[in-house]
Amino acid sequence: MSAGIELWPPAASHHAQQVDLLIGSFGAMVWLLTIPVFVLMSWFAIRYRRSREVNRDHAPTRNLWVEVGWSVIPFILVLGFYVWATMLFLDLYRPPPDAIPIHVVAKQWMWKFQHPDGAREINNLHVPAGRPVKLIMTSEDVIHSFYVPALRQKQDLVPGRYTSLWFNADKPGRYPLRCAEFCGADHSAMGGTLIVMPPQDYAVWLGRNRDGGMDGTLAQAGARLFRDLGCSGCHSAAASVKAPPLEGIFGRPVALADGGTLIADDQYLSDSILLPNKQVAAGYRPIMPTYGNVLAPEQVNALVAYLKSSRAREDSK
Amino acid sequence: MTDEPRFEHPPEERAPSYLAESHSLRSWFFTTDHKRIALLYLVSITLFFLIGAGAAALIRLDLLTPQGDLLTNDGYNRAFSIHGIIMVWFFLIPSIPNVLGNFLVPIMIGTRDLAFPRLNLLSWYIYILSGLLTLYVVVSGGVDTGWTFYTPLSSVYANGAVVATIVAVFISGFSTILTGLNFIVTIHKLRAPGMTWSRLPLFIWSHYAVSIIFVLATPVLAITLLLVAAERLIGIGVFDPRLGGDPLLFQHLFWFYSHPAVYIMVLPALGVVSELITAAAHKRIFGYWFVAFASIAIAVIGFMVWGHHMFVSGQSVFASAVFSFLSIAVAVPSAIKVYNWTATLYKADVAIDAPLLFALGFIGLFVAGGLTGLMLAMLAIDVHVTDTYFVVAHFHYIMVGGSVTAFFGGLHFWWPKMTGRLYNETLGRIAAILILVGFNITFFPQFLLGYQGMPRRYHVYPPEFQVLHVISSLGAALLAVGYAMPAFYLLWSLLPGGRRAPANPWGASGLEWTTSSPPPKHNFIAQPVVVRQPYDYPLAHPASRDDG
Repeated sequence: MSAGIELWPPAASHHAQQVDLLIGSFGAMVWLLTIPVFVLMSWFAIRYRRSREVNRDHAPTRNLWVEVGWSVIPFILVLGFYVWATMLFLDLYRPPPDAIPIHVVAKQWMWKFQHPDGAREINNLHVPAGRPVKLIMTSEDVIHSFYVPALRQKQDLVPGRYTSLWFNADKPGRYPLRCAEFCGADHSAMGGTLIVMPPQDYAVWLGRNRDGGMDGTLAQAGARLFRDLGCSGCHSAAASVKAPPLEGIFGRPVALADGGTLIADDQYLSDSILLPNKQVAAGYRPIMPTYGNVLAPEQVNALVAYLKSSRAREDSK
Repeated sequence: MTDEPRFEHPPEERAPSYLAESHSLRSWFFTTDHKRIALLYLVSITLFFLIGAGAAALIRLDLLTPQGDLLTNDGYNRAFSIHGIIMVWFFLIPSIPNVLGNFLVPIMIGTRDLAFPRLNLLSWYIYILSGLLTLYVVVSGGVDTGWTFYTPLSSVYANGAVVATIVAVFISGFSTILTGLNFIVTIHKLRAPGMTWSRLPLFIWSHYAVSIIFVLATPVLAITLLLVAAERLIGIGVFDPRLGGDPLLFQHLFWFYSHPAVYIMVLPALGVVSELITAAAHKRIFGYWFVAFASIAIAVIGFMVWGHHMFVSGQSVFASAVFSFLSIAVAVPSAIKVYNWTATLYKADVAIDAPLLFALGFIGLFVAGGLTGLMLAMLAIDVHVTDTYFVVAHFHYIMVGGSVTAFFGGLHFWWPKMTGRLYNETLGRIAAILILVGFNITFFPQFLLGYQGMPRRYHVYPPEFQVLHVISSLGAALLAVGYAMPAFYLLWSLLPGGRRAPANPWGASGLEWTTSSPPPKHNFIAQPVVVRQPYDYPLAHPASRDDG
């Protein structure tokens, strides 16, 4: 027993402190509502115990207004906390536009991270303090869950779809990262560390690790893949096979063959590479083969990052 | 009016009790008597409780050290999977309905048996068949999916006996459905003359509510699990994303059953506690209709809250906000029951015996479990504590602190009726208190572990959590003693020379106390006729006696 009892986990973000305040206040109200019930129950049982001579006249067995009162008043009090908790929750789904996008791929039993400028790491995640970070996450196999207790946040990673989680950790330090969704034999060994660094240290760290596995930024790696895999053979104006042009597609509406439209987001672009027949663009034949057995999820992330960057180039023209 | 007999009942003639009627093995294994089937269930669920408790003991022993010295990672996963599967489907779900419900539903409404006695026996055989298959899974190496069978882990990656387990749970569902069907028809069609709906004991109301869930929810689980098995065997691609399936679809289907299943486990307990409180208080229950309809409200709203298990799964934000609201709403009828039980004790004539101690223990643990459930319904809190020990503690407070405590309370209360013997009341009180204390030492530290960020289903854990885990394991040892005690003194009471129980040892109201202990084969010598309200104790205020 190397450590004693730690009653409250450290809080690494403003959101974490808000959650602590919420559960603290809610806990206080709950005690306020409960203690009178427990006290009355014990007191009645003892005061009115059998063989004791006390006044038991006019024992009530119903009262409509009492019933309505003890149903409605606590409910309204709890609804106040419902609004508070829901507002806090909604914040978790509104990442600031300037949040640093970091891709996360989980597999049995490790965490893989891809920084936008090309740095890659496993099980450790370095982020700058005081800067919003948005994790774009998926899983290679089963469902995992990214959980950092110090952030009071977790989000499942689901194979075949992207989920995201954003945070702004303002206290530099090392915080445990754990998998919270049971994922097989070594579930409990699927841990890591969130390392929150002062921004200048983070810049130094990035400089040292830029070449960690890929050359250049994630988008540049994607551009190379786009060329090497021959994507441009079909997806370009000069190509003989007619395929949708992809320049600047990210964030634009796409008309589908089944009559619907959608906005081209991470999920759509990833699906179109891995499951091309799921949503076919209007006016094109479903002839694209799947790349699901060719590409690793990290490579799909790089391709999507490249397609996103082509949007950025279009916009700056 | 007080000197008039409570039920019009002809004077008792001598008839052999259902136990004395025949002693052959055949008379037990081919019986259609609901009381004997209840005892068959009692023996069989006790065996499964022992297996599930054995798995729990392995888990708690292993968690004494952070590195988990007793089991391998895989062994630990198999231990908690089998613990969950056995405790949920082979102990908790059948516990109160199939033992106490089977025994009491026909007697409480004044009839000879359930509507379909042979179907009742068939449902026990189906239960045994599925139980044997589960035992086969245990000895053949076990299963490593947890009781939740999340896809694609269960349908593609897990390497235990997943299909056999699924088939076992699938088969056990038929037993549950047949029991529910039997109860619904019996309560509708076989009530004694004068036993109107407003005179039904609250135990019957809660069994009526739970039967509705049995019939409506169980088929959904059956289909869902068959789809998992089909994906595992022939790769149909309903849940596997590589084949275009959706793993979250499984969670929606699973929780559409399994959240109502929580109410399956707790509604009968609420019915038991209403009976224990009124009998101990010797007073009509406060707010009969509120307590009765709260059961129905729980059953109905309970079908609309499943998404609260999926707040961090990737479910839409809007859906999460709606499920959060509904989960708060479902707490209201439970709170109504607690307030009404408390008010029932006011100006009552309280006998502080073991059944009341169990009932009060139930209320305390149920309230703690319910309020932490409210915390989990709050979205921002849930994001932090879901899938941690906070959730483990929460549902053990409801299912073990709640349902198991109520089951023990009910077993003590109706033991004289079921067996014709009186147990040792002092030992009963000690056991009730020991269980309450042991339970809290076991599970309260787990709330703290969860808030500090200890995920559930962790075999190896960071050393800073060890102190709380050791406290929890010591509490579990105490709890085990508390659970073992009744096994001894209840069985002791059956030995020759045990004290015989009179027809109504508690002085309680209710038709079951008007017949002998144990009852004759057909429950009553002559058809009882009900002429009074339920819980018609002398203390009830005269003005409210007939209309409350």
